[in-house]
Amino acid sequence: MKTQDINANKASLSGLPGRHGRIKTGKPQHSLQTILRLWKYLGRQKLKLLVILLLLLLNIGATLSGSYLLRPIINHYIIPKDVPGLIKMVALLLGIYLISAVAATLQNRLMINVAQQTVSKIRSELFCRLQSIPLKFFDTHSQGDLMSRFANDTDNISDLLNTSVLQLFSSGITLVGIFALMLYISPELTLITLLIVPLMLWFAAGIIKKSKVFFATQQSALGAVNGYVEEMVNGQKVVEVFGYQQSVEAAFEKLNYDLRDKATQAQLYAGVMMPVIQNLNTINFALTAIVGGLLAILKGFDLGGLAAFLQYSRQFGRPVNEISSQYNSIQSGLAGAERVFQIMDEIPELPDSPDAVVLANVRGNVNFRSVTFGYDPAHPVITNLTLEVKAGQKIAFVGATGAGKTTIMNLLPRFYDIQSGEITIDGIPIQHIKRNNLRQALAIVLQDTHLFTGTVLENIRYGQLQATDNEVIEACKLAGADPFIQQLAKGYATVLQKDGDNLSQGQRQLLNIARATVSQPAILIMDEATSSVDTRTEQYIQRGMDQLMIGRTSFVIAHRLSTVRNADEIIVLENGKIIERGNHDALLAKRGKYYQLYTTQFD
Amino acid sequence: MNNINQQSNYITATSSEKASLTKAVFQASAFPSPSGIRSMNSYFIFFHKYKKALLFAPLLVVIDVCCEIVQPELMSKIVDTGISQKNLSFVYQIGGVMILLSLIAIVANIGNIYYSSQASVGFATELRKGMFEKIQEFSFADLDRFSSASLTTRITNDVNILQEVIMMSLRLLIRAPLMLLFAVVIAVRINASLASIIAVAIPVLATAIYLILKRGIPFFEKMQQRLDQLNGVVEENLMNVRVVKSFARADFEEHKFSLKNQHLQKMAVKASGTVILIMPIMQLVMNVSIVAIVWFGGNKIMSNTFHIGQLMSFITYITQILMSLMMLSMTIMSLSRAQASSERILDVLHTSPSISNSEISITKDLKLTQGKIEFRDVCFSYHTLGKKTLLKNISFTVSPAETVAIIGTTGSAKSTLVQLIPRLYDISSGHIYIDDHDIKDYTLANLRAGVNLVLQQNQLFSGTIAENLKWGNTQATSQQLHTAARYAQAHGFIMGFPNQYQTVLGQGGVNLSGGQKQRLCLARAILSQPLILIMDDSTSAVDVTTEAKIRSLFNLYLKNTTIIIIAQRISSIQSADRILLLDQGEIIANGTHSVLLKTSQLYREICRSQQLQPTIK
Repeated sequence: MKTQDINANKASLSGLPGRHGRIKTGKPQHSLQTILRLWKYLGRQKLKLLVILLLLLLNIGATLSGSYLLRPIINHYIIPKDVPGLIKMVALLLGIYLISAVAATLQNRLMINVAQQTVSKIRSELFCRLQSIPLKFFDTHSQGDLMSRFANDTDNISDLLNTSVLQLFSSGITLVGIFALMLYISPELTLITLLIVPLMLWFAAGIIKKSKVFFATQQSALGAVNGYVEEMVNGQKVVEVFGYQQSVEAAFEKLNYDLRDKATQAQLYAGVMMPVIQNLNTINFALTAIVGGLLAILKGFDLGGLAAFLQYSRQFGRPVNEISSQYNSIQSGLAGAERVFQIMDEIPELPDSPDAVVLANVRGNVNFRSVTFGYDPAHPVITNLTLEVKAGQKIAFVGATGAGKTTIMNLLPRFYDIQSGEITIDGIPIQHIKRNNLRQALAIVLQDTHLFTGTVLENIRYGQLQATDNEVIEACKLAGADPFIQQLAKGYATVLQKDGDNLSQGQRQLLNIARATVSQPAILIMDEATSSVDTRTEQYIQRGMDQLMIGRTSFVIAHRLSTVRNADEIIVLENGKIIERGNHDALLAKRGKYYQLYTTQFD
Repeated sequence: MNNINQQSNYITATSSEKASLTKAVFQASAFPSPSGIRSMNSYFIFFHKYKKALLFAPLLVVIDVCCEIVQPELMSKIVDTGISQKNLSFVYQIGGVMILLSLIAIVANIGNIYYSSQASVGFATELRKGMFEKIQEFSFADLDRFSSASLTTRITNDVNILQEVIMMSLRLLIRAPLMLLFAVVIAVRINASLASIIAVAIPVLATAIYLILKRGIPFFEKMQQRLDQLNGVVEENLMNVRVVKSFARADFEEHKFSLKNQHLQKMAVKASGTVILIMPIMQLVMNVSIVAIVWFGGNKIMSNTFHIGQLMSFITYITQILMSLMMLSMTIMSLSRAQASSERILDVLHTSPSISNSEISITKDLKLTQGKIEFRDVCFSYHTLGKKTLLKNISFTVSPAETVAIIGTTGSAKSTLVQLIPRLYDISSGHIYIDDHDIKDYTLANLRAGVNLVLQQNQLFSGTIAENLKWGNTQATSQQLHTAARYAQAHGFIMGFPNQYQTVLGQGGVNLSGGQKQRLCLARAILSQPLILIMDDSTSAVDVTTEAKIRSLFNLYLKNTTIIIIAQRISSIQSADRILLLDQGEIIANGTHSVLLKTSQLYREICRSQQLQPTIK
């Protein structure tokens, strides 16, 4: 997990993790299922894959036969000094090599096409699935983790499809081809290869086995170092305030040297395989030369055959090496696919029931009837809550942190579904309203003001895609955002940087309110909308909100009681239950919890 | 990390070079420039402990190359001398030498990998350590300049990239040119006129590689940009998931995404499609050279000036040469890819911390005694050359054990002001005195031991609650922990957890509410028993009742501590001994609540905005 977090960090830093220092994640748990599932995507392009396979065969066939032609050329043309024949053979060779080049080009082009199309499809499905997963999922999965699945894992899949699959096939076919030709040229010499190859395989398998173990330990050591660095650098200011540098350095050093020892081992094992396999192959080559020489001297084995055979025996190590070198990238590709599929398997929000209705002309009567809800059903946060709100009323929720204020408001748009009881809008239970329709009837203004990259105009139009420019400007005027927008360098066409970094908190909140305004909601939810601005700015925003609330049913959650005084009804919550309700004056007169909260705040 | 060194000296090129090449190009942002080589000097010290490895690794490569390169020539001797003269013992002898050389090469290779792993991993370890220690010296200004996310990436990913590149360089960067050179020499020695084929093939292949990359690299850059954009959309979507859901904009988002996705796909196909041409071209150049050798060599054999064994070895050498050329260009490409990382690392290493201990402070070794603070004409701006002065001519004094509150609108530089006291930022002009000594005359350690600042961002670390609190005082007894937590109104909820003080917090204290985190941070600061305690809006998420309790406990038990409070709520500060009203970087009022109510228009406005009604008492 730690390594993913780092990656996430990187993602948020540059917007992308790209390929730099990409983390190869873990090993797949269910390789076979994952492969089958990937095949479902690839299988949609069966025709192209078939063509690729044919081109691959053509390419390998041409390459191998090119090498084989050395035999007749030496035996039948060079040794007998047949110049016209040599010309013909050379021309043939040239032709074969040209075919091989063309086939290789086409085969690679096509494979890239297939791979990219597949990855693009997977990405797109992943994104769409994320749009339909319930909010609960996002509470338990960090943005970093999800981002890493998007960027890192799909990248690993892309690698797998782009090169590994093709290489695996190509190497396998080449191996079989070479072996067949060797056997054809000289079964005796092939015996030598048969002696060396198991040695190579045994060595490779041993190294891979060791390497796997060392890589796992390296990976966990790396995760520890990365996690520590991330956390400490994040909290660096605290480290300095407490003068904690030396302790932090000491702890880091320990993790760092632990990583060094493990990484050195892992690198050694990973690095040693290729060169040694190659050397083993050179021994194979040498042995073939010796025995070939003996056969030529004692049994009159033809020189051309020896030349071709030696070519093949030099080529033999390559596919072996390649297959083993693909091991890691296949593993991380499959692991990546598995992690991506995991999200795709998340259960989306339940589809609308068949009898779900579309609300027209919502009046805004909202009823909560004995509602009980808990994020974890065993621990209800809201118990048996009943509340009747008439259209156009302003209802305020107050209470300590954790009293369940925000939770109630999450239930109305069905971000979470209640466990028992009933919530109705204009008398219709919300489960029987089409979900999109329900949500469009509501507008929510949250404390964290999130905006999108794009112009001010586009951001506000997010509330109502069909809104004309004029409607947007009207909404801004109503919300009180128009004056400051006019003062921006390009007015409504000003491009907001990531999340509106170039605006103040108060300005962003005004845009949020304008965005809610333009959506013309029947019901409005303000969840701590002004908590993060100072009280003077708050007053300014309050004016916009008050305008917006006219004629609409509104729910207000506020930390500062000054903002809720004019509510039609104030609900005081404690541990998910209503303990007091009434208007400001009535509640003050009651001298209960509200009175207590109010007086401490303003004392 | 698991980049297995790929090398090739086999006759036909198949896909493994293609894969690594594509990757290398993909990652290459530009051709390397001399600055990359110059920066090597800065890195040399990190090899200090691993000099032996750094020396032996290349040496062993040379041995490996020597053993490897003569093999084809030995083979040709078996054919031309051994077979044609039917000399069995000659065949055994030469064959024996070939096997012996291979065995030596195995040892050399294992040694090379052993030493280059040691050197590259060791280097990365020391580099990480160097960077981490450097960051410990950074001032807040330095930290702001980099951002923590970027620093983290530099220590982790960028260092890993350098490690990979060094591992590769210690083998391939030496092996490829040596192979190339030796093979050319041997080929010329075998037959100089036939070697002219090489003189044609090398420039042809080099030009082809160059042209393809020149065309392909911009595509990769564009692709990277599009990938950025796509990931940007995803990131924003994830961050705004509530907004998307509440406006029911899933379709809209999907549409936005699919446009970017198609956009990316097109460029990805274009980019990889271009670079993928290298392999077939390489293959073609090589094969055509082989055909040329067969033709010209064949003719020479017919005129008895050349031998069949030589022809065979010549073919091997020319493939060796072209392969090495490929490997070389690939390795250089990877180097250039590392250059961006290298620059980002050097950026950190070459930053000299903007705040450090003065010599006087070290010799004097002063410690805080009372907790008196004096600002005299202090000005501050974040950038030394910045136009915007954040704090202007600030002067005020805080007596020992006084409680002073600072209030002001968002953006009035309240936080900045208090961060100057423990020298988290250094002032631009003026003086700050603590106990009548300039704060620059204290060592940072002594100064910060006496001044504790509770930062606005309530940062906790993974570990138990007790471990977190002990940051304030590593030797604290559990009795002390409990007391500090009680003062901060944290003891109650801590005891409510099943594991109480041993409750393990996730990274950043994720499993706590904002108010709980703030109270833990407060307890942590109290535990350090500072003479001066500064609280920067550190009870904003704590409910009013609890906050009032904390205040009264502080009045009771932290009587001798100088306290500075920044807050938004008038209720949090009105009982302070004195209130400083800050507006746009200037102190515009200074006095008690009742005085300010009379004298300051702005203060009255702030009170009114909080609807402070004395009547409800």
